[in-house]
Parts: sequence; C-alpha cells; structure tokens
Amino acid sequence: MQPVATTFFFYLLSGLALLGGVLVITRRNAVHSALALILTLLALAGLYLMLYAPFVAGVQIILYAGGIMVLFLFVIMLVSIEQSQKQEQFNQFWLIGLIAAVALGGMFTGMYVKGAARLPQHALRLPEQSNTQQIALMLYGNYMFAFEIASLLLLVAIIGAVVMAKRKI
Amino acid sequence: MLDYITSYLTSNVTPGQAGNVLWAFIYILLIFLGLSVAVIAMNWLERKVLAHMQVRLGPMRVGPHGLLQPIADAIKLLIKEDIMPAEADKVVFWAAPLLVVITAFTVFIVVPFGPTHAVTDMNIGILFMLGVSSLSVLGVVMAGWASNSHYPLMGALRSSAQMVSYEIAMGLAVVSAILMTSLGQASTGTLSMIGIVEAQQAQQTWFLFKFFPLGLIACFVFAVAMVAETNRAPFDLPEAESELTAGFHTEYSGFRWSLFFLAEYSAMIAVSSIAVTLWLGGWLRPFPTWLSGDTWDLVFSLFPGFTFLMLAAVTFFNTARMPRHPYFRIQTLGLAGFGALLAVIGIVLFIPPVRDRIQDIFWFSAKVAAFMYLYIWYRGTFPRYRFDQLMKVGWKVLLPIALGVLILTAVVGVF
Repeated sequence: MQPVATTFFFYLLSGLALLGGVLVITRRNAVHSALALILTLLALAGLYLMLYAPFVAGVQIILYAGGIMVLFLFVIMLVSIEQSQKQEQFNQFWLIGLIAAVALGGMFTGMYVKGAARLPQHALRLPEQSNTQQIALMLYGNYMFAFEIASLLLLVAIIGAVVMAKRKI
Repeated sequence: MLDYITSYLTSNVTPGQAGNVLWAFIYILLIFLGLSVAVIAMNWLERKVLAHMQVRLGPMRVGPHGLLQPIADAIKLLIKEDIMPAEADKVVFWAAPLLVVITAFTVFIVVPFGPTHAVTDMNIGILFMLGVSSLSVLGVVMAGWASNSHYPLMGALRSSAQMVSYEIAMGLAVVSAILMTSLGQASTGTLSMIGIVEAQQAQQTWFLFKFFPLGLIACFVFAVAMVAETNRAPFDLPEAESELTAGFHTEYSGFRWSLFFLAEYSAMIAVSSIAVTLWLGGWLRPFPTWLSGDTWDLVFSLFPGFTFLMLAAVTFFNTARMPRHPYFRIQTLGLAGFGALLAVIGIVLFIPPVRDRIQDIFWFSAKVAAFMYLYIWYRGTFPRYRFDQLMKVGWKVLLPIALGVLILTAVVGVF
C-alpha cells in the first residue's frame, strides 16, 4: 500500500498529541483534562499506524482510550467538580518539573544536533501485513517469561483491589 | 475517465490496498448513503413489526402504510429547537453526540461487504472494529455528565458499567473465532476481516458450525453481548423509560438527539456485521460446497433480483388493496411508484455483470438484516432485566461460558 500525504498526517497527529498534552495540564476541570488525554492517546495511536505498527495502534485504542480512560472518567465524574475546582493546588512540584523538562529538552536537542551518526540511515520498514503475528511470536516466544511476570503483576493488583474493597472475603 | 472506472470494476483488491484515494472516497460515500437508508428503513420496520407483534397497526398516516414516517420524523427533528441546558458543560455537551456518531460510522471502513467491497483491509480489522466501537462508551459518559442532571448521569453510569462488562465476554467470544482461522492449510491466523471470511471459505465451513457446538456457543455469547453492548432491549437499562426517562440523552433534543439515534442504529448494524463476518461466513452464499457447480451458482446469483421482485409484488398487491377514495389517490399512486422502483432495481440486478458484482453484497446484507430483525424480535419479546441480573448474566454466566469455549476451542484445535 502506498502511503498518502504522510507529512501532512504526521504534523496533524503530532500537533493534536501536543495540543492534548498541553490541555491536560492547563485545564482546571478534571473531566476536561481526562478528555484531552484521550485526544493525545488517539493521536498517538494514529502515529503508531504511520509507523507500520497497526497492532500497537489497535491495542492503544482498545486499552488506553477505550478501557483505562473510561474507568478514569467514571471515577472523576463521581467527584464533585465545583468543589475540586475551587481548591488550592497543593502539589508544588514546579521546580522538579522544570528541571526534568529542561533535562529532557537538552537530551532531545543533543540528539537532534549530534545524533545523526547514532541513528540508522533509513527508517526501518517492517512487514505491515504480519505485524500482529510478529508481536505474538515475540511475546510468546522470546519474551515469554517477562510477559508472564507482567501478567502476574496485574493479578497481584486485582487481588489487592478485591482485598481492599471487601472487608470480609 | 470511463476507462479508469471500468478498469476498476474488474479489479480484485479493495481501494485501500490499491492505494486509490478516489475510489476509497467513493466507497465511503456509498457506505454512508447505504447506512443512512438502512437506518431509515430500520426505523420504519421496527415500528411496523413491533406494532404488528402487539396487534397494532403502527404508523399509517404519513404516506401509504406510514412509509414516509421516518422522513417526516427526520424533518421534525431537524427543525426542532435545539436546547442546551443552562448549567451544562458546553464543549463536552457539544462533542458527545459527534464522538458517538463518528465512532459508529468509522468502524465501517473495515467491514467486508465482499472480497473487494470494503474501503480497506486492515491487518487488525476486527481489533479496529472492537476498539473504535468501544470508544462510543466515552460519548455516552460525556453526554450523561455534561447534561448536569441526575437522570442522564445515572443513565451514563449504568451504560458505561454495562458496556465495559459485556465487552469482556464479547472479546473472548471473538478470540475463539479468531483461533479457528489459524486452522487448515494456511496455518497462520489473521485478524483481518477479509482474511477471516477467506479462512471460512478455505475450511469450507462457517465458523458457526465449526467444532460443533463450540462455534455455536461462541456465536450465542457474542449475540447476547452485542445486544447489551448496543444498549438495546432487553438490556436497555441506560434508557429505561420507567426509571430514567430517556437515560443519558434525556437533555438532548432536535438534531443532537437524532445523532444519538443514528449512532445507535449504525452501531447495531456494525456489531451485526462483526457477527456475520466471524460466524456466518460474511459474503459467502449459503451451501457453497454442498450445492456447488455452475447451475447452483447461477441459481444463487438470481436471488438478489428475485428478492426485489418479490418486494415489488408485495407492494403492488397492497396498492391494489388501497381504499378507492379520491383522498387516497396520491397515496395509491405513490405506492405504485415505489413498487415500480423496486421492480426496476430487481430487473437491473438480473443483468449478468451487475449480478456477479452485487451478489456478495446481497448475501452480506441479508445476513445482517436477519440479525437486525432479531433485535426487533427481542424488543417485542423479552422483558427488561434488572441491573443486578444484568451484571450477573454478564460476569457469572457469559464470561465463564466464553472462557470455557475459548479453552475448549484451543484444545480441540491443537489435537
């Protein structure tokens, strides 16, 4: 398949992702922040599609945008928005945040200026038609152990939630 | 230009694979038009069939047998005042119906109406459909919250709880069907919608009858979960009239409300077409191996034309039964004209090139239509579940069944 208007879509999607990211931290209303985060996640899914990784894009939409964020919204909506909007923001992490942002920006600029030698000459073109199968082979072949450990971690989280929610089991 | 069009008509790939933007655009327009017509038809059909199930007549006033009722309703909704509650969250209230409609229509770009009749064939087709349609929960939650009112918020909470719970059973049922695609000669499974139907063609069976009764049970689980997923009776708790007036869209009116309506029906068509693709062989005609050969191919390719001719015959029969009063002259003429239109479509469908090109679309639509009829039938038959019963059915009945079917399918597939 020949890609169409690649540059345009790249700038559109990354612009949307940035816009969403900025809105997440500037909105006072928590629901608006959550919705802006969903916009960012969807734009990222589009970028994954452009990188010929359709499976990752699909999982991004199902898990993050369709699953996790819905639960987020679910919780946020039960909080009284009027009250929380008037409250003073008590986490004053601006100094640490500024240092982290400067450090990350410095890394990006360094990579942009001097990194040409470290990167491959051409973008890697993976076979798009077998993306899902390749990921399955990786997860259930090479990285089987790590994958199972990760799922065990989720199981621990589920058991913890049940124990905390139910006083008597 | 003409050459360009005719050259495409004989090609064997979808516009997305060919990278043909123009044809992809035309397909998108055609699907949009077809869906709108289907929603209008479904609206009329639901009211009529439901009415006849309850020994009523249903809409009879606007046009012969109420045929123009959906159009009258649409005009009414469009010119109705669009009210936005004063305390509502403006942006979210505005975005919610748009999001619901966009997700409901976007999924159709991977629906395979035929081997070449899809906008594109994605490697992750079924995953894309499930993912994008799961986004519609967001729209429902947004609508309920932004209305800033109690009934919509309750409706939205119920609806999101219900949709999130039933998605799990639905997903497991889908996985067991995808496992079946990995059997047979082509030993790698696929998530692509066209690939799934081609796997059924290669294995010479619909997945409904594969590993009897495993495929049947998986299809049943999906069929129940999809009714819950689209918030239809008997799982229409989010919009239970007796408790929540209209659920999450109580505060919506006019055009915005009609967007929710449109999205609900096109979501129903979308999940039905997932079921048809996964278990009922998609565009494949019935009995492709048992009744094979050129003669049977010809017989089955005449079905679309005969269906339309039969509809035309029914229409003419009812034209003859119209009351012979001057008041009814225009209605009688209109019904006769509608019958003539159906007959012309039927005759066009007999032309050999059209016939060959159209029959896969016909079989796909016919199977989807059967599911759509089931939706009406459920609504006329089953009483509404209580919310705790709904959760019990989702988590304690459907989920274990789907999980069991998945494990058994894997075991039977390996040995």
